[in-house]
Amino acid sequence: MADGDDVVDILAGLTLFADLSRPQLEAVAHTFDEEFFSQGQRVIRQGFAGNGFFVILDGEASVLVDGQEAASLSRGDFFGEVSLLLGEPPIADIVATRPLRCLVLAGSELEEFLVQSPRVMYRMVQAQARRLRSAMQWRS
Amino acid sequence: MAELAPDGERPFPPGDYPVVIVGSGPGALQVSASLRRLGVQHAVISADDRPGGMFRRFPLFQRLITWTKPFAPAERGSRAYEWYDWNSLLGHDPPVRALVAGFMDGTSYFPSRPEMERGLAAFADTARVAVRYGCRWEGTRREDGGLALATSDGEYRCRIAVFAVGMTEPWKPSNIPGIEDVPQYVDTRDARTYANRRVFVIGKRNSGFEVADGLLPWARQVVLASPRPAKISVLTHSTAAARARYLQPYEDHVLGGGTLVLDAAIERVERTADGFRIRAGGTTRPGTFSFEVDDCIAATGFGTPLGDLEKLGVKTFYQGRLPAQTPYWESVTAPGVYFAGSITQGSVGLKKYGMASSSAAVHGFRYNGVVLAEHIASTHFGVELAGRPIDPDTAVDFLLEEATKAPELWNQQSYLARQLVRSGDGAILDSGIVPLQHFVDEAGPDGMAVAVETDDTGDIHPAVYLRRGGRTDEHLLSGDPLLDFRRGDHRAQLASLLKEWMA
Repeated sequence: MADGDDVVDILAGLTLFADLSRPQLEAVAHTFDEEFFSQGQRVIRQGFAGNGFFVILDGEASVLVDGQEAASLSRGDFFGEVSLLLGEPPIADIVATRPLRCLVLAGSELEEFLVQSPRVMYRMVQAQARRLRSAMQWRS
Repeated sequence: MAELAPDGERPFPPGDYPVVIVGSGPGALQVSASLRRLGVQHAVISADDRPGGMFRRFPLFQRLITWTKPFAPAERGSRAYEWYDWNSLLGHDPPVRALVAGFMDGTSYFPSRPEMERGLAAFADTARVAVRYGCRWEGTRREDGGLALATSDGEYRCRIAVFAVGMTEPWKPSNIPGIEDVPQYVDTRDARTYANRRVFVIGKRNSGFEVADGLLPWARQVVLASPRPAKISVLTHSTAAARARYLQPYEDHVLGGGTLVLDAAIERVERTADGFRIRAGGTTRPGTFSFEVDDCIAATGFGTPLGDLEKLGVKTFYQGRLPAQTPYWESVTAPGVYFAGSITQGSVGLKKYGMASSSAAVHGFRYNGVVLAEHIASTHFGVELAGRPIDPDTAVDFLLEEATKAPELWNQQSYLARQLVRSGDGAILDSGIVPLQHFVDEAGPDGMAVAVETDDTGDIHPAVYLRRGGRTDEHLLSGDPLLDFRRGDHRAQLASLLKEWMA
């Protein structure tokens, strides 16, 4: 449980949760757990089962595919959902590059959370569309 | 170094010690007993007047939620019995083992609080854990590369400090107007004083359900509320959720018996002439609620009484309630500052499938304490922990026996692991129990670690981690309906992995 005004206020400012009411934000803050990762610590491990869905509250992280940096992440970004949605182990490490504070939801709870929060799901699809567009532009 | 005081006097007078442990609850007692066995000199100081820590006061309604089975499939006092006895501390010699069962009167397999307290006192006595009681830790500072602890008795200087002060500080959220007037869980009165009163409980974790359960025979109505739906242990496969033995209020709710269990965010609490008015907004079902009640109780949990450690540089998280820790329970930002007991839940581990470790409870953190003592002894004081040679022909049997029966792996699933390493001459060495996160994330010699894991379907199975050339891979073995992993398919799977590792 990551209760407290601090977390709810941060969530209220994140695009992913921009459409939620205050009680709904409180529910998110209580449904997700808060975790802290020190610089250099792995958050998600490539090839390991049983990961969660993470939302960054503070700090920065790197996406490493076979040890090579593929992207960087910061406040408001989320990760872990691709492997959960596909039911496959993650194809990248996520490593904290600065002290990292995240909210995390157990993988088994993601589907129910998204189905019950369609506006969050819509915002997530939007973000994925942006990532896809960026990837396409990078390839072209 | 300061010396032990003669008999009859308080031990550990202020002075210089290699290690100082603060606390006299189960976390402190376990680390002290383990350090003593490893020959590491240390002092133990506590503000309390006797051992027991939080069990001297909690749980309020007097019976624990962690079981001890006096009669179990494994012989009492054996290592395997620890899986059936979640409350005794770990001793090496038989007289120090499995002590709690001996104090239980047979009315429940959940010990009462006094039974638990007697079990801890017996451990301190039998294991000869000396504590300087009535000595309050008051401040901390750096000095000459070590630490200086100011106490009510004087100053203690040490290289290593272990804080085992429990998550014992009552905590309430700061974002609910009026909650400052609401009594916290620890201030709950005798149940009889709630007779025929309407009681609103903020919180739907174990302490919330404990209060509701205790008030069912007395209160006119109990309402429990918090923003998210209640998590129930039998559904989430985790002891971190509300335990089955407190679920009578939940059954009362689903059968329409009068108790209400609501998913609602508390927006405001107001004092009225006769009690409290609570306004809340529905979360899983939108709507607004307003309750006029006689009593309100904030069962909102606890924080760690860290004193001035944040000023010393100790990083915290979870609203400042827990210090962030390495896999070996050292502050991530303040070297030499370690934690023991329930605070070790701040070292989260891999948390696979969303399963929290059992570090919040004795059956989890007692193993953390043993591993921590070994880590301190070997890392800071040069104590050599020689690995035990394993015949390659017996390694499969050994590891599957561990996966089936090792209490460390069962009590701390996906968190602690049995580790094998290769020595310089290629021999296999059993190097004991280690934090799984350390094994998979830190550089080290080629090795194999075996853990027990429960996945999100509830399947319990062994997991094998192979570290070769600095990279670690995960291999999940099959589950078994009888939880016996010594069968043919497990043997074949593990033998194949061992062969791969040895190649």
